[in-house]
Amino acid sequence: MTAPVAISLSVNGERVEAHVLPRLNLADFLREHLKLTGTHLGCEHGVCGACTVRVGGEIVRSCLMLAVQANDTVVETIEGLSDSGEIADLQAAFRDRNALQCGFCTPGMLMAAQDLLREKRMPARDEIREHLSGNYCRCTGYQAIIDAVETTAQMRMELKV
Amino acid sequence: MSSIRTNPERLSVLDRPNSYIGKTVPRPNLDRLLQGRGSYVSDLELPRMAHVVFLRSPHAHAKIVNIDVAPAKQMSGVIAVVTGEELAAVITPWVGVLSHLKGLKSAPQSAIAVGRVCWQGEAVAAIVATSRAAAEDAAEHVAVQYEELEAATDMRTALDPATPIIHASLGDNLAFERIHEAGAVDQAFAESDAVVEADFVFGRHTGVTLEPRSVVASWNAAEARLTIHQGTQAPHMVQNIAALHLGLRDSQVRVVCKDVGGSFGIKVHIYADEMATYALAKMLRRPVKFVADRVESFNTDIHARDHRCKGKIGIKRDGTITAFEIDDLTGIGPYSMYPRTSAIEANQVVNLVGGPYSNKNYRARARVVFQNKNVMCQYRAVGHPIACSVTEGLVDLAALEIGMDPVEIRRRNLIADDAYPCTSPSGLRFEQLSHHASLTKIVEMMDYQALRSEQARLRKDGIFRGIGIASFIEVTNPSAAFYGVGGARISSQDGVAVRLDAQGSVICLTSITEQGQGSESLTAQIVGSVLGVSMDRVRVVLGDTDMTPYGGGTWASRGAGIGGEAALQATKVLRQNILDVAAAILQASPAELDIVNNVVVSASDGTPRIDLNELARIVYFRPDTLPPGIQPELMATRHFVPREYPFAFTNGVQAAWVEVDTDTGFVKLLRHWVVEDCGTIINPQLVDEQIRGGVVQGLGAALFEKCIYDDRGQLTNANMADYLVPMSGEMPDIDVGHVVSPTRESELGAKGAGEAGTAGAAAAVTNAVNDALTPFETIITEIPLTPQVILTALKKI
Repeated sequence: MTAPVAISLSVNGERVEAHVLPRLNLADFLREHLKLTGTHLGCEHGVCGACTVRVGGEIVRSCLMLAVQANDTVVETIEGLSDSGEIADLQAAFRDRNALQCGFCTPGMLMAAQDLLREKRMPARDEIREHLSGNYCRCTGYQAIIDAVETTAQMRMELKV
Repeated sequence: MSSIRTNPERLSVLDRPNSYIGKTVPRPNLDRLLQGRGSYVSDLELPRMAHVVFLRSPHAHAKIVNIDVAPAKQMSGVIAVVTGEELAAVITPWVGVLSHLKGLKSAPQSAIAVGRVCWQGEAVAAIVATSRAAAEDAAEHVAVQYEELEAATDMRTALDPATPIIHASLGDNLAFERIHEAGAVDQAFAESDAVVEADFVFGRHTGVTLEPRSVVASWNAAEARLTIHQGTQAPHMVQNIAALHLGLRDSQVRVVCKDVGGSFGIKVHIYADEMATYALAKMLRRPVKFVADRVESFNTDIHARDHRCKGKIGIKRDGTITAFEIDDLTGIGPYSMYPRTSAIEANQVVNLVGGPYSNKNYRARARVVFQNKNVMCQYRAVGHPIACSVTEGLVDLAALEIGMDPVEIRRRNLIADDAYPCTSPSGLRFEQLSHHASLTKIVEMMDYQALRSEQARLRKDGIFRGIGIASFIEVTNPSAAFYGVGGARISSQDGVAVRLDAQGSVICLTSITEQGQGSESLTAQIVGSVLGVSMDRVRVVLGDTDMTPYGGGTWASRGAGIGGEAALQATKVLRQNILDVAAAILQASPAELDIVNNVVVSASDGTPRIDLNELARIVYFRPDTLPPGIQPELMATRHFVPREYPFAFTNGVQAAWVEVDTDTGFVKLLRHWVVEDCGTIINPQLVDEQIRGGVVQGLGAALFEKCIYDDRGQLTNANMADYLVPMSGEMPDIDVGHVVSPTRESELGAKGAGEAGTAGAAAAVTNAVNDALTPFETIITEIPLTPQVILTALKKI
């Protein structure tokens, strides 16, 4: 073990200064230090996608990134995307389509879905399935999630947002 | 029939104006989960909370010679290092048996192993520290000296004299055996035109809930009370078991269960490490948190299936099935789980094989054996996928043998829709099923003939597609016949309390639990509909043994059928009480009044008479203005349990359309259809999503999921990279249709829908793969249908 390291980063628009052990991963930093528990841990080895957050605009598995690597970056979590209203329409589509059951995969799923919708305005169903194929959901069977993302894409096309 | 619809002109929830029954409405309070602001146990922190990490056995079977905890105790942040012997002073061991499963035996199991470990992953010491990282660091400094013992791992040789007996006191490795015979089986086979046999093999798999099992247990020494925050399906069961083994009264244990990150039967059992966590909290007089990591989940969450079943079917040339015979073998690990036992799945297989068909000749044997692997127990659709795959596999083999279409052979043998009530050869009583209506509907939905044409056309181009059909029955709404009669203190009844609050809104406390199925929604829909208030005025509280009525929780497809009926009955009482008060205030007769859209109205013409808000104001703040002798009761409680039938059986049929790549062995799922009959549908979207989620869980078993053990009992793929689960890219769209045969045991008429999808998915896919491979004259009866299995069958590897 080595000594704590000072880090400074932006999390959901707030400046955060902290001293963290080099071995601390970003997911544990968000959950345990900042109490942002919307970022979930499902496998802790980068397979399930529950811990997906945005770092510098790109989605990453926060369980595979060290907190010290997030020094001087801009991190956005589900709480930030919710409060800014960026994904309000996507969340509404998930709610209306019952695209979540236990809700544990949902923050990561929304992160990955919004990432796709920012890249591509009207993805085909297969493309949605492909883009979300790194996010495990045991409850829904995925179809409702695909439907909700597709609906959101259509609505954004119509609204030209 | 135990329940007759009373006062239907006023109180049928199906017919009232503005009813939410049968309507797709979004589940209440989903924003909490959508914004990452839920309350999962893994999120919970309490003052002075410590973290426990378990050091687990690397051996499948070994004697513990010595445990040296001294170096670990010196590590920074460590609060305690506790062995099984020390913890045994706080918590007593248990034996997972039930008296109605005659002959079922098991050995005492301790919270932490004492003297011996019986599977790779069994806890040998608990390390409690100020952080999980500190506890994990210290765990590496606990030195355990083992003397490895020979492991019994293969269920096929578990009963051989040469195989070591895991628990000497039991005399052998046989946990349970059931033999059943009905009709004249030998005669039926002798009189058949053909008899077909096959050996079916089912891979051991597990639930992989996305949130691992999590507990925060907190002992308040001054109150002498333990509060357990746990993601569980059955809070009152946990309360009872924890109290029993810690030497407490039930009232000294409170179980709180808020959001749960997936359950599927994984979280309906009592696990040794959870018991250890409760005991550590009491021992250390502080909150202790245990969250399994993913490796621990694979090594200790119950596994399921792992059956080898010989099956035999007799058939006449006209397509009549003459008899079924099975011989099922399953290995359950070293202990029968507690308190539901590990014999239920094999017992279900015996109960369910042949269940959809009118055949009366049936012979079955099931044997349940111990082995040095992780424990096995009830997981979503307990026994159903085995029974359905064996039955439907045999039916397709019989059809192939006599050259009959798979749909036609089912038409000729499924129990007629007007033959109910009736009893199966295994003794199951069916109230009303709809196999033929369901089959007719699915054939239309999938356009069966068009698919057959497409299949024939593509086959000429070397593209091998197949259609698989699987009819099934599903156990739902269990009465005390499941566990209570065997001595388990697991409630089969559920209760609901509804209360009108001071602003005319409703608080509803229910003993069923929510893991995402929609318990909260269905309860609010029923309460809102029966009472005449809008759903946004109904707040549902679940998962707290201090607050809700006593009940079983959510498992075995029982929440809607049992908890929903309790909600209906409680709300009827509250509604009558409100109308009585309103009548007194308005100087009217209760029969002249109704409640619609949060307002008491004239029943005859809907004229508003008094708002519920105003009525509540008078009752709570100005009772002095009520007529003398009136004591309003704006809270009502009712309980419900089915009494007429032990189980409310549902039925359905699934169909799969697949393409098999005969070069790579990959199976592509093109489309999947389900028609099921769960009786009254409270929320169509929620039912459909239960079906879809269940199907995909079954598809995982069909194609991917298997806990791969080596012959020394080492689980070799205990991570999510090597243990494959269904992901969005491989899964098909699933069309769901319904036939509705309400149960008359309740006014609501709802049966369960949570497990139907899982029950038949693997059977449909396996039949479809075999149908695709017909030109190759090979039959596969093993799941998961991995490329290796398929290429081996094709003799390509």
